[in-house]
Amino acid sequence: MSTMTRLAKVLRRTTLQAVPTVIGIVILNFLLLQLAPGDAADVLAGESGSATMETVAALRARFGLDQPVLVQLIAYLDNLAHFSLGFSPRYNLPVSDIIAQRLPGTVILMLTALALALAFGITLGTVMATYAGRWPDRLISVGITLFYSIPGFWIGLMLILLFSVKLGWLPSGGSGTIGTTVSGFALVIDRARYMVLPALSLALFYIAIYSRLTRAAMLDAQTQDYVRTAAAKGLSPFAITFGHVLRNALLPVTTVAGMHLGGLLGGAVVVETVYSWPGLGRLAFEAVMSRDFSVLLGILLLSSLLVIIANVTVDLVQAWLDPRIETR
Amino acid sequence: MATLLDIQGLTISFPNATPVKDLSFQVAEAETLAIVGESGSGKSLTALALMRLLPKTADITDGSIRFAGEDLVNIPEPAMRERRGRDIAMIFQEPMTSLNPVLTIGRQIVEVLRLHRGLTRAQARREARDLLDLVRIPDPDRCLDDYPHRLSGGMRQRVMIAIAVACRPKLLIADEPTTALDVTIQAQVLELLDRLRRELSLALLLITHDLGVVGQWADRVVVMYAGRKVEEAPPEPLFNDPLHPYTQGLLAASPRLHDDLHYRDSRLSEIPGSISSAVKEKGCPFVPRCPQRRDVCRTVFPDTTMAGLGRSVACHAVTPTIATGPSLHDAAVRL
Repeated sequence: MSTMTRLAKVLRRTTLQAVPTVIGIVILNFLLLQLAPGDAADVLAGESGSATMETVAALRARFGLDQPVLVQLIAYLDNLAHFSLGFSPRYNLPVSDIIAQRLPGTVILMLTALALALAFGITLGTVMATYAGRWPDRLISVGITLFYSIPGFWIGLMLILLFSVKLGWLPSGGSGTIGTTVSGFALVIDRARYMVLPALSLALFYIAIYSRLTRAAMLDAQTQDYVRTAAAKGLSPFAITFGHVLRNALLPVTTVAGMHLGGLLGGAVVVETVYSWPGLGRLAFEAVMSRDFSVLLGILLLSSLLVIIANVTVDLVQAWLDPRIETR
Repeated sequence: MATLLDIQGLTISFPNATPVKDLSFQVAEAETLAIVGESGSGKSLTALALMRLLPKTADITDGSIRFAGEDLVNIPEPAMRERRGRDIAMIFQEPMTSLNPVLTIGRQIVEVLRLHRGLTRAQARREARDLLDLVRIPDPDRCLDDYPHRLSGGMRQRVMIAIAVACRPKLLIADEPTTALDVTIQAQVLELLDRLRRELSLALLLITHDLGVVGQWADRVVVMYAGRKVEEAPPEPLFNDPLHPYTQGLLAASPRLHDDLHYRDSRLSEIPGSISSAVKEKGCPFVPRCPQRRDVCRTVFPDTTMAGLGRSVACHAVTPTIATGPSLHDAAVRL
């Protein structure tokens, strides 16, 4: 069986499994949010400061918040079936518009952070495994223990202090120079400058995890019989590490990285707040505070889709890396 | 036949143990030498030492390994790397785990061909196909693109053999090549090894604990006990007239068909006790289990003495002691 047919089988299986998962998530999310005290009408009324019982009731009627929970759920599912995420009472806009506005920023930030984390994590882990027990291993080990144990917001603030305030090399927040007219490559550079610090503060924690994981997986793979076979062929240590050990060692790293892709959104809430990055994390936080459940449900649905896509991707990468994984 | 491999006084040490002590033997070109011994007798370590692939904590502390006139103990690692897989190849006990699970069979053969023979990708692939054919793998074209997990143990061991003989080595070390295989497959693999030995005129160092294998395939046999060579002989005299008490015990413990001996009728013979600790320094290591032990055995390890054509033994109980004559190998060469 060729690699492509194997991957196609894995893709079809995982996609079919995703459908009931998504439906379950939607219903569960909806019911859980009903348990939270207060609704959007309460918050809107509270903010206006002069609402009467009648105006609050009118707001509820307008957004359909006075209906029984089951009716609201069916209305929501009906919306979803028509590919609509509903309407936000607070922003007075369709939820899909609000999310579409914020989504690219967060996705770019998350993917950049994950790519940084994997690149640095695997490199450092390989170095550590190669020099296991000697000084490069110990030195990097101390560094990543710090990355692992220091909270992301504090690292974010310290990075701003160093690179923005003291050195003045990089901007302290936002996602691009306001009012800039550059385009093409210059625009990419401009965006990248704003990306460096948030992506780095998000990535450091994961660099720590991936480098430790890579180190352990490589040390484990090095003791395998096929590594001895490779040595008996007369391969150099370099060829053994990159041709035989690393690919086997990457299997556990891809599994964990896939699980993190969903979790990164949670970490993004803090980092997006610190760097005033216009992303989904901050939107979710604001939606919770204003009881804007239709926005929140939209984000939750989206992030559950993100987790499912991440899982499918991991399955595909695993199937590509490890030929023993086939459809069962 | 000229001597290909000449090991003299090989001693392998771990920080707190010496599992191989003062081991000497020779392998002539295109012959099969079997090393037999129970687990822990140091036979696998000896094989790894020949490849200079000992575990990091182990070290060759004494002796020499001359291969085709060159001392392998002292050549630098890059030079040793050039010889591994090209002049000396090795196959291992576990065919199930000895191939990399994530690379195709073809790639694992091509790798060694390109490294040592400098073939292009296409040449190496053709050669790999021919090698699979040589080791009698059915449908070699398909096998090239298959992954190891789709092959049976016997087929994987054939692939390992194909990799090992890819560069036409002068010496092939087979460390318990059939231990993990079914009995029917064992015979096929050994037959294959013997055919390749003749066709490619390579010397075969067969490490095993299976006396049946030894009797059928070896030209000469080295019996090891606790890191030392206790007896060396061609298989026939060894089986008919074992000299060392350990060899006698081993043969008595192997039930043979014509003996009419069966475990249902009577107790099988055994060697009492277990292989003694390799840490022990003085005397013969077999003393605690030896039915013919004497006082001198506890303090002095016996010299290796000639005991007929192509035979030698290290035991105080074997008399008459012939003064150490020409080395065993010289005798074998004259043969």
